[in-house]
Amino acid sequence: MFDFSNVTGWIHDLLSSFMADWLVVVTECVLIGLGLLLAYALLALFYIYFERKVCAAFQCRLGPNRVGPFGLLQSFADMFKILIKELISLKHTDKLLFALAPYLVIAASMLAFAVLPWGKGLQIIDFNIGIFFLIAVSSIGVLGILLAGWSSNNKFTLIGALRSGAQMVSYELSIGLSVITMVAFAGTMSVTGIVEAQSECWFIFSGHIPAIIAFIIYMIAGTAETNRGPFDLPEAESELTAGYHTEYSGIHFGFFYLAEYLNLFIVAGVATLLFFGGWMPLHIPGWEGFNDVMNYIPTPIWFIGKAVVLSFVIIWFKWTFPRLRIDQLLALEWKYLLPINLFNLVLMVLVIVYGLHGPVCPVIE
Amino acid sequence: MATIQEKISKLFPAATFEQADTLQITIPDAQLQSLARTLRDDADLAFDFLVTIVGMDWKDSLGCIYYLASSTHANTLAIKVSTTDRENPMLHSVSEVWTIAEIFEREVYDFFGIVFIGNKDMRRLFLNIDWVGYPLRKDYDTNPDLNPVSIENERQSDGTDMYLENAEGKIEKKHRLIFEKDDFVVNIGPQHPATHGVLRFRTAVDGETIKKIDVYMGYIHRGVEKLCEDLTYPQTLHFMDRLDYFAAHNYHHGLCLCIEKAAGIEVPRRAQVIRVIMDELSRIASHCLFIGTFCMDLGATTMLFYALRVREQILDIMDKTCGARMTFNYDVIGGVMADLDENFVADVKALLAVLPKNIKEYNKIFTGNVITKNRMEGVGVLSKADAIDYSVTGPSGRASGWACDGRKTHPYSIYSELDFEQVVMEEGDSMARFKCRMKEIEESARIIEQLIDNIPAGDICAKVPKVLKLPVGKWFQMVEGCRGVFAVYLESDGSTKPYRLKIAPPCLPLAAVVDHITSGNKIADLITIGGSLDYIVPDMDR
Amino acid sequence: MEVTTKSMPYEAWKDNEYIEKLVQELQENGTNVIVGTFDKLINWGRSNSIWPLTFATSCCGIEFVSLGAARFDMARFGWEVARASPRQADFMMVAGTIVNRMVPVFRRLYDQLAEPKYVIACGGCAISGGPFRKSYHVAKGIGDIVPVDVFVPGCPPRPEAMIYGIMQLSRKIKVEKFFGGVNRQERNQKFFEDHPMD
Repeated sequence: MFDFSNVTGWIHDLLSSFMADWLVVVTECVLIGLGLLLAYALLALFYIYFERKVCAAFQCRLGPNRVGPFGLLQSFADMFKILIKELISLKHTDKLLFALAPYLVIAASMLAFAVLPWGKGLQIIDFNIGIFFLIAVSSIGVLGILLAGWSSNNKFTLIGALRSGAQMVSYELSIGLSVITMVAFAGTMSVTGIVEAQSECWFIFSGHIPAIIAFIIYMIAGTAETNRGPFDLPEAESELTAGYHTEYSGIHFGFFYLAEYLNLFIVAGVATLLFFGGWMPLHIPGWEGFNDVMNYIPTPIWFIGKAVVLSFVIIWFKWTFPRLRIDQLLALEWKYLLPINLFNLVLMVLVIVYGLHGPVCPVIE
Repeated sequence: MATIQEKISKLFPAATFEQADTLQITIPDAQLQSLARTLRDDADLAFDFLVTIVGMDWKDSLGCIYYLASSTHANTLAIKVSTTDRENPMLHSVSEVWTIAEIFEREVYDFFGIVFIGNKDMRRLFLNIDWVGYPLRKDYDTNPDLNPVSIENERQSDGTDMYLENAEGKIEKKHRLIFEKDDFVVNIGPQHPATHGVLRFRTAVDGETIKKIDVYMGYIHRGVEKLCEDLTYPQTLHFMDRLDYFAAHNYHHGLCLCIEKAAGIEVPRRAQVIRVIMDELSRIASHCLFIGTFCMDLGATTMLFYALRVREQILDIMDKTCGARMTFNYDVIGGVMADLDENFVADVKALLAVLPKNIKEYNKIFTGNVITKNRMEGVGVLSKADAIDYSVTGPSGRASGWACDGRKTHPYSIYSELDFEQVVMEEGDSMARFKCRMKEIEESARIIEQLIDNIPAGDICAKVPKVLKLPVGKWFQMVEGCRGVFAVYLESDGSTKPYRLKIAPPCLPLAAVVDHITSGNKIADLITIGGSLDYIVPDMDR
Repeated sequence: MEVTTKSMPYEAWKDNEYIEKLVQELQENGTNVIVGTFDKLINWGRSNSIWPLTFATSCCGIEFVSLGAARFDMARFGWEVARASPRQADFMMVAGTIVNRMVPVFRRLYDQLAEPKYVIACGGCAISGGPFRKSYHVAKGIGDIVPVDVFVPGCPPRPEAMIYGIMQLSRKIKVEKFFGGVNRQERNQKFFEDHPMD
């Protein structure tokens, strides 16, 4: 496996050879920031195109195919348009909060990007509580949505925001608990540690039944967390027109639109990290030749590929199921997912204590 | 009929009788309420279904004709009430006898300015609060300057006037607020994706729970009834396409039957069979679109596309024969406009072959889903008594256990010869309404199967005079549209144009019942219930 | 200048003279090279990404639904992102009759659309009142209420006609000017000066 820390290390050395230390840090921050923004934009555009094509396939349609080859440039055209669309300023709104909300939402998803393991050694920041940080920053998003709904001074957005608040705060619990289950299994909160622990066998295989339960719960809660169907109540089109972002136009709406898809990627990325080995290639204990072949596929491809497959599943949900009602949604979380999750955590602890699981590489701290 | 007449003349000596195609009782306004009560409550009469209230302007007097039917027997009856006061016409309300009369009377008030004593809501129904004149009166001033098109928001009142009769028989005017003072009122519509057109619900909510809904219509009121009075009989037909555009054939059929009955035209057998096949095909298409839009309202967008597939197939068949995809204008007085396309039989058979598979697929994807069940079962329960009280006919009424299929209760055309079931369910919730339509697709397919191989040869249209004049008289015809009983009332003064053409749409009661079955439910349930009732706004607004 | 789109030869379009006249009018004073390039980029984006507002009042609206369905699939052109909120939509397909009571609502919706905004009058009713023109409660065409870009006749127009109409709109957007010269915002301003209401 190619270790990307060689590249980053080389760049670091190169920069330090002719720059002062502080300048090196600044330059690296700028470079990383630019890279992140680029990856961010491209990923979002890819996801918009991907969803439209997948949805078209489910609905026996063709999907975008006029702009560019296979319609690949469709989302670029959309982005150009959204960028220069009028930003409507409204009367009777809280101007500051109204303008702040989309940035909060986008910042939350951007911060979460910082700890995603893109490949071996390809991670912006790798610290020992990485997964904890991820959960913490991704909940800033709900603040943005609440503010958006509140500051728009519109009854639809308000209802949308309140629904969203209730929903995201509840489902955060399930996400947290299923993540804790896997953290307990891995024995570390460090993102690299978790990935390394799966070098022989992915957790979804080695973790036995509790890992599978945790995965299912995580996928349900993750779909809810990204406000996607069947949990898209905050922006339920047939009920609340466009939900909390009804009053936003132009690029501010674009931010919400992009953030939705990036959150989808983050949820899928974290699922990849926790259950499918992050960037770790598919290894089967004992099959040395097979493992070696797998190692030749670059690690970023593994990570992004797995994340895209998982997001496909989430998109599949959206285009299949009808929407839940708010009381059913909350009942699902508090009456079913939460108790199951707690029980599952205990089960996982038992599995660990009695060593019933598959091979797990020891964590090197 | 004689027994009804005898019975009523014994109880109400003031009543006079007139036998047209329906027995008509003329009664003084003062006795209207007690007559209405007798008609509904008497076990032998049992006229519990108020089909429509026809507002009338006979130039020297204003009045109403109440058309009644029954949920237990096949008789129909009309009551005529009139007043000669054109300045302040007042009649007694029957809204305490039949709840649906409340909205029917508002419509009459809107068009004729007749105030109903005892009706709790006397706002205009379709027109603005500031509208000058009552458009369906014969002396209405059509000068557009009186009622200009304005881009200013219309003036709205939060309250309504009601006129009550006190113990001494004096009329008192009272003001009543629609909502309570501190209600949180959300406007759903008129431009809203789930209202299926431009209908507006003023919804008082408590958190997510709905307290009260005020249905506000008229955003697509096009004045069809008034327009018809200036057109010859064949010309009036094309408006039927644009009322309920999913049941265009059925509505055409209804009006054609009414005019043919009046003119005494015998429709050739071939035309009758073609008409019935077309009716049932459009019923299938309509129910398919219902399934699609309803599922989309619930968030399952993909189902819309699956359901539209069958609809497109039917539209292709229609397109070949009628030359249009939606507004066919195919039924004409005396028969149909053009002969069938040469591939018609083969196309319909191909459709019948794929239909069962498609229905199976819909059930697999949608009906069996846990989320669907949770969203629909027990939501918006409408009891049988309420369904009759609110005149909710069609699949929505049958889902509540009321066997109200016009094709069975008042058979017309060749329906009495056909073998089909009337789908009746007991639950009365959204799920039942949904399933009822699914089953009706199968029943319609059964009807088509019986007919498709037996289309007799012959003329497609009877000989009809170029200039059609109807004799003086009045006629009433009920047919089964895709959403319920569609009734036409036609009054002729002997000229080439109708004196009064009243269209009684099935969707108006459907909208009126929304408040009754949604209160206490969640906002999301409003969408479910509205979707499952499947109203078409241009139909209710006309 | 020939204004073409990917899927149709130039000769197949019906009213090329109109577009040519429009181009001539817009480029009367010549085009700046840099600004012109920017305009091209922007117009490429705009003309390829026209999102409709879900707005339908009657029969034509159902044909608009058919337009989105598998048979006609407007997603091919990228028009399927129907936004329910007017702030996020680009054009309004006025599908159906606009009656007196609806006029204020309709006008408000138009005002709520974010620039650049376009209107397609779809079907006889929206163009002139159609079969209901003589009615007491129907606006005689939306051309007096808002500036209309494309008229699509029919009652209701077939989905193919709607596709053609939106493609014409796309063509019109392609020759617009964002920077300098006569641009559409000024023309719209002129419309409202010419059509004062109340």
